[in-house]
Amino acid sequence: MSIELRNISKRFGDFVAVDNINLHIETGELVALLGLSGSGKTTLLRIIAGLETPDTGEVLFHGEDASAVSVRDRKVGFVFQHYALFRHMTVFENVAFGLRVIPRRARPDEAAIARRVHELLKLVQLDFLADRYPSQLSGGQRQRVALARTLAVEPKVLLLDEPFGALDAKVRQELRRWLRRLHDEIKITSVFVTHDQEEALELANRIVVMNQGHIEQIGSAEEVYHHPSNAFVYNFLGNVNLFHGRIENGRVFLGDTAVELENTHAHAHPQTGKAVLYVRPHLLEIVMKPNGKQTFPATVKSINPAGPQVKVELVAEWGDMVQVEIDHERYQALHLEPGANVFLRPKEQKLFVYSI
Amino acid sequence: MGGQAQREPKRPGTADPPMVRIALITIALLFLALFLFIPVIAVFAEALAKGIGAYFAAIADPEARAAIRLTLMTAAIAVPLNVTFGIAASWAIARFDFPGKQTLLTLIDIPFSVSPVISGMLFVLLLGVRAPLGGFLAAHGIKVIFAEPGIVLATIFVTFPLAARELIPIMQAVGSEEEEAAIVLGAGGWQMFFRVTIPNVKWGLLYGLVLCNARAMGEFGAVSVVSGHIRGHTNTMPLYVEILYNDYQFAAAFAVSSLLTLLAIATLVAKRFLERRVVPAKQEQDDLAVKVAA
Amino acid sequence: MASKTKRTNVLPGFGLTLGFTLAYLGIVVLIPISTIFFKTFTLTWAQFWAAIASPRTIAAYRLSFGASIAAALANSVFGFIVAWSLVRYEFPGKSLIDVMVDLPFALPTSVAGITLTAIYAGNGWIGRYLAPLGIKVAYTPLGVAVALTFVGLPFVVRTVQPVLEDLDQEYEEAAATLGASRLQTFILVIAPALIPALLTGFALAFARALGEYGSVVFISGNMPMHTEVVPLLIMSKLEQFDYAGATAIAVVMLSVSFVILLGVNMLQRWSSRRLAA
Repeated sequence: MSIELRNISKRFGDFVAVDNINLHIETGELVALLGLSGSGKTTLLRIIAGLETPDTGEVLFHGEDASAVSVRDRKVGFVFQHYALFRHMTVFENVAFGLRVIPRRARPDEAAIARRVHELLKLVQLDFLADRYPSQLSGGQRQRVALARTLAVEPKVLLLDEPFGALDAKVRQELRRWLRRLHDEIKITSVFVTHDQEEALELANRIVVMNQGHIEQIGSAEEVYHHPSNAFVYNFLGNVNLFHGRIENGRVFLGDTAVELENTHAHAHPQTGKAVLYVRPHLLEIVMKPNGKQTFPATVKSINPAGPQVKVELVAEWGDMVQVEIDHERYQALHLEPGANVFLRPKEQKLFVYSI
Repeated sequence: MGGQAQREPKRPGTADPPMVRIALITIALLFLALFLFIPVIAVFAEALAKGIGAYFAAIADPEARAAIRLTLMTAAIAVPLNVTFGIAASWAIARFDFPGKQTLLTLIDIPFSVSPVISGMLFVLLLGVRAPLGGFLAAHGIKVIFAEPGIVLATIFVTFPLAARELIPIMQAVGSEEEEAAIVLGAGGWQMFFRVTIPNVKWGLLYGLVLCNARAMGEFGAVSVVSGHIRGHTNTMPLYVEILYNDYQFAAAFAVSSLLTLLAIATLVAKRFLERRVVPAKQEQDDLAVKVAA
Repeated sequence: MASKTKRTNVLPGFGLTLGFTLAYLGIVVLIPISTIFFKTFTLTWAQFWAAIASPRTIAAYRLSFGASIAAALANSVFGFIVAWSLVRYEFPGKSLIDVMVDLPFALPTSVAGITLTAIYAGNGWIGRYLAPLGIKVAYTPLGVAVALTFVGLPFVVRTVQPVLEDLDQEYEEAAATLGASRLQTFILVIAPALIPALLTGFALAFARALGEYGSVVFISGNMPMHTEVVPLLIMSKLEQFDYAGATAIAVVMLSVSFVILLGVNMLQRWSSRRLAA
């Protein structure tokens, strides 16, 4: 089922949580709402579920206005951040809950309910825990039970609020992969909220980057990472270096060096003012002397060779701190040491100029 | 996660249908009107039934004044004693480990679960003239039962746990780091106590004091057993109310009752005021403890 | 965590405070309590049994238990509604009501007693409307139940209220997203979480009602075999200097209170284990 949000706004007192959001989600997509706390992502998710009523705008499910439809009639599955499993019920009873509250006439009999519950528990690989209580389960297990519970009533849409936030790093990674496989199998329209950009990049078909109640960019992982539409998105996704420079006569200067703008995506072209260039650490090369292409002088401060790449910290000639990631072979070839004077060369097409 | 003191308005998933809401609120209000508000109004209405002049005459009556004096004196003795006990007990329980702590807590709660009449009876059995101890005292001219000392003792018994029950959780929640810091800095025991401990528990202390006082001034059943109802001598205000009532001096009975009702209302207001201080103090200490532990 | 660390070698005053605590406890509580048991042992079985099993005493037990259970039940039902309304709804006068709920705790029982009698007597504020309907409250067992409802009122409200306040509303939202109606959510999700508190409140109100004297002595009329509750019976025997009889009945009452206290403690421990999440 597709979801459409039109002109959705919501405020709590003086705080504007969501500001005029328009969003369309296709059937079967797995979409991430990505942002910091206070960006409005959880509020938006709850509005879709019907757990909050928007001040303005409509929510449409498959083209039909759902605004008047109550939470219980919307057929959305909602997985809460802290699972909200019913403490006094066993795992089985939790998963069966949605089926047992169906009005008597439409309700399946107990045998059918039991079959469905076990089917779902097998799907989440927890059938052997059916008689345990939530307090006896680990965090990852509780999460899967919560998921099984929402799937029991065959929702049209699956909404997850920071589903893996409360888990250890390793468990989080396992569950991420597991959720991805589950979605590939079931193909249910899913929206999940996260502040973890790695998670969003890894899981989602499309990412909605939110900030202070607005959408900054919507796109696939590839798009938002490699083609961020503004500084916020660039900064939020992945590591980035900021080079502070100035604009004179339409040319950008970092320190004494003029920047060749043909390699950069420039947000605007003013004649004077300040500029900030964004460069990812792994897209800077370190060379010992300038060799014709665009380079900037810098001095090595510290080197961290532990990890898949070598992280080098430098001070640029104009004062900014710079982080560069190079592979180990390059590092060996350069014989870098703290204090060495080197040159930085950004690779093609990856600079981003944003004048402020 | 968890408790939200201010419910966010309009969370549709948790809202009750309007009819249900109205019905429940109405039932609640009717029930409370019947059992709370009508009685309170009735006290004052009946007290003034014979006019303001009679009201003040009843209160100024010498026997009434004697009753007021005895009530105040009883509270003035019982409350400080029990509050001191509360401080001592909470210090011992919250700051140290020793066997039998749970038993001690249960024992402290005993007066709570004993009927007031039985509470009074205990002292009659112990100190009445027919009891060995009582007989011994009587022989030396010390009257306890059917005299003021008996009233004070019975009051101490029934109000015994009140201050301790408030102070023990507070002392536990406040934690001992500050006191340890004071010791390490060279403070003596009493200095640490007055400069560090007491300020940290002061709201709980006041709360326990208010509760203890209300009960001490208002106790009826236990005091009734030990007092002998000797007019002008062994009547506290609650007892005096009974005597006036049994004498069919209704307006006067309610006049004295109105004073006690005013005291009760003042107690409730003080309680509410202090509750607000006590809870944040506990919460603050919990948060600090979490930060320290983390 | 900080509150769990105790250093007996750093903090002073252990001996002083524990010593004072035990001494004070012994003098004020333990010695008086023990006199009852000593006194009991001076009774012969025959005396004991005669006192606690006489027709008058049995009638008093019946009335005490019956009226106390009725009062505790009424308080459970209405106290729950009051607690629910205070926690979940907004209405004018809410803060005032929240403060006043504790009035029965703070008001002297004799004041409560004469006031309730005045209200429910045949010509009283409410009594006068009930009389034509043939309903007599004052000087009947019904009046006893009414008085006991008054004194137990705060117990259920104040035990349920904090539990309700701490209830995470996410559970209700989860139930709603799963399709449960509001009533189903209440019965299946909310109520189970509240049952321990409700039971505790009931037990406390019941225990208080059993031992209540001051509020009841005026409205009941103290007619033996008819409107005499056990505390009144004990008082009666004391006034007649029948200390043996009074003691015997008191022992029965104490045992019952003790059992209830134990029950409440066990209930609280069981529920905190079961619902630990």
